Amino acid sequence: MKITFWGVRGSIPSPGPRTVRYGGNTTCIEIETDEGELIILDAGTGIFGLAQKLLKRLPVTCSIFFSHTHWDHIQGLPFFTPFFIPKNRLDIYGAFDPVSTRSIEDVLGRQMEYCYFPVREAELKAEIHYTTLHERQTIEIGRAKVTSILMNHPVLNFGYLIECNGKSVFFTGDHEPLYNIYRPDDDYYDEYEMLIADKNAGLVDLIERVDVLIVDAAYTSDEYPLKKGWGHGTFDAGISLAKKAGAKSLYFTHHEQLRSDDELDSILIDLGKRYPIGPEFPPYSIAQEGLVIEL
Amino acid sequence: MNMVERMPAFPISVHRVVELTSDINADPKELVAIIEHDPVLLMRILKLANSPYFRLSQKITSVNHAVVIVGFNTVKNMALSIAAIGVLRLKTKSGFDMEGFLLHSLSTATIARLFAKNMRVPTKASFDYFLSGLLHDYGKIVFAHFKPLDFQRALIMAREKGIPLHEAEKEIFNIDHAQVGSILGEKWNLPSNLLDVMKTHHSQDCARPLLTDVVSASNQIGKELKIGEGGNPVMEKIPDQITGMFGADVEGIVGALGDVKGEIEQAMVFATM
Repeated sequence: MKITFWGVRGSIPSPGPRTVRYGGNTTCIEIETDEGELIILDAGTGIFGLAQKLLKRLPVTCSIFFSHTHWDHIQGLPFFTPFFIPKNRLDIYGAFDPVSTRSIEDVLGRQMEYCYFPVREAELKAEIHYTTLHERQTIEIGRAKVTSILMNHPVLNFGYLIECNGKSVFFTGDHEPLYNIYRPDDDYYDEYEMLIADKNAGLVDLIERVDVLIVDAAYTSDEYPLKKGWGHGTFDAGISLAKKAGAKSLYFTHHEQLRSDDELDSILIDLGKRYPIGPEFPPYSIAQEGLVIEL
Repeated sequence: MNMVERMPAFPISVHRVVELTSDINADPKELVAIIEHDPVLLMRILKLANSPYFRLSQKITSVNHAVVIVGFNTVKNMALSIAAIGVLRLKTKSGFDMEGFLLHSLSTATIARLFAKNMRVPTKASFDYFLSGLLHDYGKIVFAHFKPLDFQRALIMAREKGIPLHEAEKEIFNIDHAQVGSILGEKWNLPSNLLDVMKTHHSQDCARPLLTDVVSASNQIGKELKIGEGGNPVMEKIPDQITGMFGADVEGIVGALGDVKGEIEQAMVFATM
């Protein structure tokens, strides 16, 4: 299994000299299985670079799984060139929107309407199939299995576990660890704690001993109190999840849009002091555009 | 069935949902409280969370559970879209007092919760008592909203003949509010203990779970205390399972439960503008 980061930035593309090393494109992760199956997680602006690579190996067959449909995870899709070329096949997966009661096909189709994009969805030449996923659904792609699990974000967000030939990777999508909305002296506090514990246990159980854990770490713990409820995680929470799940390696992504490369380096140094890599904490790194992990 | 899905919520909660959802810093627990004190909002949120779109391995049995699983923002936007339907008409052609009904539902829910506390029901299960109390008569608002004139005939027949309202409903509609509520609940994949409460809260001739007997007893106690109006002129006996634990005297039961009136007054905040 080969994992490549094509976009690691959160919220909005952030090009420029301050982000040139880690990269300014929004979320896109490519996973190529040992058998050559192509799985793409999210279609932020990073997918444009991936598209250029794929043009050299036409026809393309790939599966795109959307963690959720906020702009920074879908805005590269209309520019995913294989869409426009006959004989390519794209299988698209994502969550149902319970508020507007729309399928993933309807939600994504909107950004290709006349006002937003010159080519209509109906005019795309590739063969495109949409599947709206439910919680804990497993899709088989060749010998790989992709399983969805609901995470916590201000829209339905799936984390995806990809397993193939005994290797595994889990991507949280955008995710803020659950917190109790009640005070300890409120009636509902204990109930809420139990519900959170159940949900967390289900996640840890699903991703136990995962080889690669990729987490949303938009904020430092110092920044977090002001951003609570925005739907993103911290570096510390990522390390805590990796430890609980016995993950073998950890990558931080969804870098905050104003975070410079130097700041990311400083954060990593600080984490190294507090969480020394060893028996207690697995190796961890900051996801970088172009970084390839081979399993 | 589809029409029922478009039933608006009570005006007070619609007003508060709109108010809260326009404040980005609103406290999530305030919204949870509004939803769980309005039978229409509560049913819709439970329906959403238990819908086939999620296919969760366990039933969602509370608003908090829904918030943890599908996220606060999704619950908030669902509540807002229900609010956008409009407000429930409090005065319908049926003559049924919707405000009185809300008070009846809230008092049943509150008394059921006090029973749970008194019986030391484990925390997680104890919240089912309030929820089931609030929703036990859901079928009545469906009748009042969608079939007001026929429901008026049922209300009058029950009053004039001195028969239970559900018997009059059966005469008129060939189905009663208990069946309507439970059919909707089943269609919407609601938890089985809640379905049982909706379906059998008037059926004392069968062995029922403790939760159902508690809601049934709470229903009668609320009537005895003259809080709210459920439209049923007939008192039912307190189920044996409850009298076995608390005695047969309603005043005695109320005394054992603690500050019943005080607790109900707190819940009433959600019923008045």
